[in-house]
Amino acid sequence: MSVPVVKAPDAVRPARPRRLRYGVRWTLRRPGLVLSVLFLVWVLLWAAVPGLFATHDPLVGVPADKLLPPGPGHWFGTDHLGRDLFSRTVHGASLSLGATALAVFVGFVAGSVLGLFSGFVGGWSDEVVMRCVDVMMSIPGLLLSLAVVTVLGFGTLNVAVAVGIAAVAGFARVMRADVLRTCTEVFVEAAESLGVSRRRTLVRHVLPHSIGSVLVLAALEFGTAILAVSSLSFLGFGAAPPTPEWGSLVSEGRNYLVSAWWLTTLPGLVIVLTMLATNRVARALDAGRGEDR
Amino acid sequence: MTGYLLRRVAQGVFVLWAAFTASFVILYLLPSDPVEIMLASTGSMGEMDPAAVAELRAEHHVDDPFYVQYGIALGRFVQGDLGTSIPQRLPVTELIGRAFPETLRLAALAFVLALALGGGVALLSGFLRGGRLRRLLLSLPPLLVSVPSFWAGLLLLQVFSFRLGWFPALGNQGFGSLVLPAVTLALPTAAVIAQVLTKSLMLTWREPFVVTATAKGASRPRILFVDVLRHASLPGFTIVGMTIGNLLAGAIVVETVFSRLGVGRLVEQAVAAQDIPMIQGLVVLSALVFVVVNTGADLLYPLIDPRIRPSRAVKA
Amino acid sequence: MSELLRLEGLRVGYTSGTGTVTEAVRGLDLRVNRGEVVALVGESGSGKSSSAHAAGGLLSPSARVTGGRILFAGQDVTHWPERAWRSLRGAEIGFVPQDPGVSLNPVRRVGSQVADALLPHGHATRRTVRARVEAVLEQAGLPDPRDCARRYPHELSGGMRQRVLIGIALACVPRLLIADEPTSALDVTVQRRILDHLGRLTAAEGTAVLLITHDLGVAADRADRIVVMRDGRAVEEGPTRSILDSPRDPYTRRLLDAVPTLGAPPLITSVPVADAPGKDGAAPLLELRSVTKEFRRGSGVTTAVRGVDLVVPRGRTVGLVGESGSGKSTIARMALRLTAPTSGRVLFDGIDLTGLSRRELRPLRRRFQPVYQNPFSSLDPRLSVGEIIGEPLDAFGEGDRAARRRRAAELLDQVALPAETIDRRPAELSGGQRQRVAIARALALRPELIVLDEPVSALDVSVQDQILRLLVDLQAELGLSYLFISHDLAVIRQVAHEVVILRAGTVVESGPAAEIYDNPRHEYTKEFLMAIPGHAPARAQAEAGG
Repeated sequence: MSVPVVKAPDAVRPARPRRLRYGVRWTLRRPGLVLSVLFLVWVLLWAAVPGLFATHDPLVGVPADKLLPPGPGHWFGTDHLGRDLFSRTVHGASLSLGATALAVFVGFVAGSVLGLFSGFVGGWSDEVVMRCVDVMMSIPGLLLSLAVVTVLGFGTLNVAVAVGIAAVAGFARVMRADVLRTCTEVFVEAAESLGVSRRRTLVRHVLPHSIGSVLVLAALEFGTAILAVSSLSFLGFGAAPPTPEWGSLVSEGRNYLVSAWWLTTLPGLVIVLTMLATNRVARALDAGRGEDR
Repeated sequence: MTGYLLRRVAQGVFVLWAAFTASFVILYLLPSDPVEIMLASTGSMGEMDPAAVAELRAEHHVDDPFYVQYGIALGRFVQGDLGTSIPQRLPVTELIGRAFPETLRLAALAFVLALALGGGVALLSGFLRGGRLRRLLLSLPPLLVSVPSFWAGLLLLQVFSFRLGWFPALGNQGFGSLVLPAVTLALPTAAVIAQVLTKSLMLTWREPFVVTATAKGASRPRILFVDVLRHASLPGFTIVGMTIGNLLAGAIVVETVFSRLGVGRLVEQAVAAQDIPMIQGLVVLSALVFVVVNTGADLLYPLIDPRIRPSRAVKA
Repeated sequence: MSELLRLEGLRVGYTSGTGTVTEAVRGLDLRVNRGEVVALVGESGSGKSSSAHAAGGLLSPSARVTGGRILFAGQDVTHWPERAWRSLRGAEIGFVPQDPGVSLNPVRRVGSQVADALLPHGHATRRTVRARVEAVLEQAGLPDPRDCARRYPHELSGGMRQRVLIGIALACVPRLLIADEPTSALDVTVQRRILDHLGRLTAAEGTAVLLITHDLGVAADRADRIVVMRDGRAVEEGPTRSILDSPRDPYTRRLLDAVPTLGAPPLITSVPVADAPGKDGAAPLLELRSVTKEFRRGSGVTTAVRGVDLVVPRGRTVGLVGESGSGKSTIARMALRLTAPTSGRVLFDGIDLTGLSRRELRPLRRRFQPVYQNPFSSLDPRLSVGEIIGEPLDAFGEGDRAARRRRAAELLDQVALPAETIDRRPAELSGGQRQRVAIARALALRPELIVLDEPVSALDVSVQDQILRLLVDLQAELGLSYLFISHDLAVIRQVAHEVVILRAGTVVESGPAAEIYDNPRHEYTKEFLMAIPGHAPARAQAEAGG
């Protein structure tokens, strides 16, 4: 008895049309994720068009209305100069989030390029890059950022660059690990034995498979960067006083801890919610990647 | 074993040297003049007469070629001299030495708290198989990670110092003043420990050797403590260096919030005053702490994981 | 004979992350009598492993018994609480897991892991435990039990670890032993010794065995009764002899036909295809001349391949056989010049490849192409099948997009895949289909030689058979030469004209296939041939019965 060679021994699974419906159901099952995305969109709109959301002028206060608790007129209350805290928080979004985005961008670009180069070229240059990364990893990020700020000087832009530099090592390491992992995949070796050139292999096989985890890291790093940027600004190394920034808003309220709890609590709460939301989205991206494999 | 030890020490020395060199290069070579910064920070730019400025420049070797400056600095570094703090006019090592015990006390208490809290959350959530309590526990770490420690510190101050008056708000006096800062510092670290350990426990429960243990008739708690926990704690060793480093970095913010003396406060003051020798000293200090902690972890690791000990293979 | 274990209409469902339940076992009926060896045979995904885990109360947290009953010694244990199950596990039901490499705790000593099996059931006390552990290990056939107890799992070989696991399973003299593919991760010669030993131990104590296996050969050698499983149900059940001699179910028949046994006639024609076209004087297509490959590991040097000579003539298949660690994959990598030999030379069609650089090799690569063992990993999951097959064409700048797509469609037809496969991604295909795609990709540039590194070992037997037939047909059609690497002598027997037997990096014996199989000269070859499952069905039967 012989088995005839059958065409298509098992059924080919239909996959595409189901995907969309599955995606919708997957999202609806996660109300936290939906809320996070909505909150982020809202805060990003603050940063883009603060005038639309702010109820008062962020810089000019009414001295008679100083230190008012939160209420219908002033949602977040007012500070010691009678400025509306909610409007200051809305206007602070653009500096704080802009600095965060710049920091992540600096870390992502510099780190990925270093990691890709180091992992794919290998050998001696890999050794040098990785030793440098080790040294950078041995210094806590916040301290490293502070050292860079010392040299560059204070200000939001410099804070952003400093936070980005502190993130470079982490990106480089993750990228390199993924490049090395991808390079051991059989399909990469197969590409070589099929006669595909090195550069093509890098672009077509290695990069697409390695970029995923750095992108997820970038999303996760967003939360870390918000924290670092606002910490530096809390310590007073960010924008100069009248300009609102999330970290410095909390710092300004420190002198009124006993009498005006809202000055520290409410801007801080916005930072916490933003971080929670970005971390939630980043984790969803990470999990989505896990399911994809 | 001695070879392994020597290699670890050599690596540590390399990291220290590299941290020193890197901070030297960045801090001294960028387009800023330390003497100018020095004068600007003391606000005496205009008043200093040129001769005094020149003297200061000579003292700090500002006009010498880079390698001469570096050679002098490295020579001093090897002898344990990290230079003089510009505004305070005292040796950097002395200032750090004075502040370090305060920070060490704070970080040690925070570490213990973090380990207890993070480990507790992970163990409990690993033991519960499902249910609302487990979901609540699992949502704690991501929440804690998202709270900036300056904000957490200020909230704790508001509630426990000003409202309830349980703990002093400021200063370094007694154990009471240590509690709130240590809790503030411990929270993010506890979150990291909980996350790493929870994930590791979850993965370990899925290992086939757990099926083998179950098949022997062992109970669930016994499997957790005898088989799973030790295996699951392995990834902890790779993050302990980072964890301690983050405690030091966290001390910068926490000591500022609670107006405590310590290394973190030194950092904040040094950056504000652009005190370059001080910053360099603190960077080298953190590298030293990292090296010591990591070398310690590496030496302990083989005690927990026999696979990386030199193995004695046998023939069948 | 009285009944020990009975599964009645057993159903097992797995809950996925999204909450949907998929059933792996759908109404299985199964009976194991006291002292009887029953083999549960099925291909991957048939639900055999889930059934075994359910019978031992060892389902993973995501799995649940969704219907039916499990009866052990007359008691319904289906929904017994954890605590009650604990009194059965280890004491009454022993379990031998699939992969000895990961089934022992790597951070605990072997002795204490064996002790864990004895102490809870009162088979040893704190004072006697050490001696009992050594006795268990000795009985499991470990050479130096005292030393072994002090070691960590990674210090033992795979075979020794499996012996430890068997020792643990039998430590409390259970009435039933469930063995889930106990030797599929081991080499055939080790596999045979371990199964023999297991057979002796259980026969001596009168322990019943539920043996889970994908290998009908193993089942035929060891079992009194065979249950064939497919899609979560039993399709046929009966005494071993009657299943082998007169299978009723068509699926069982297909499985039996597909098992590559030495008895089956080879698929290749005895007169090789491209023997004729007057190339007798020309150089052989591929030639390895005393190649040696050393790897530096820390301070030491390990020799993976030592002085191997190998010749692949045009239009023929050379089968390279060896157990794991024999260096056969290293030889494949050298033949493809993905790695350079430490010494010796690699010649392709008379051209010396040994010293060529990556750049110089590239134009030659179109003439020899690879097919890898695991089609799950050798195809880039992000690309469509059309892109995968077109990649070599693209790399050599052959044709435009449309032409490449036409060629891909043509190749799909050649490897008997439906035309619509071209837009699918590898993840949407089955293992056999993926391997067909890999073969189509290798054919794209019309090469002369294909190096096949274990091309069928990751596939189920029925699929295996189809792929082997495809390879043989393609050879006849296109005049290809194959270097066919496998650990399976029976597979090689079906396709190879010439056979090279490899052991620990050196060639033990080589020659025309018929000669090697009918008249092996070297001791190792004889042992290797003997160890093939299904080779001697009578032997194990006699042992199990006696």
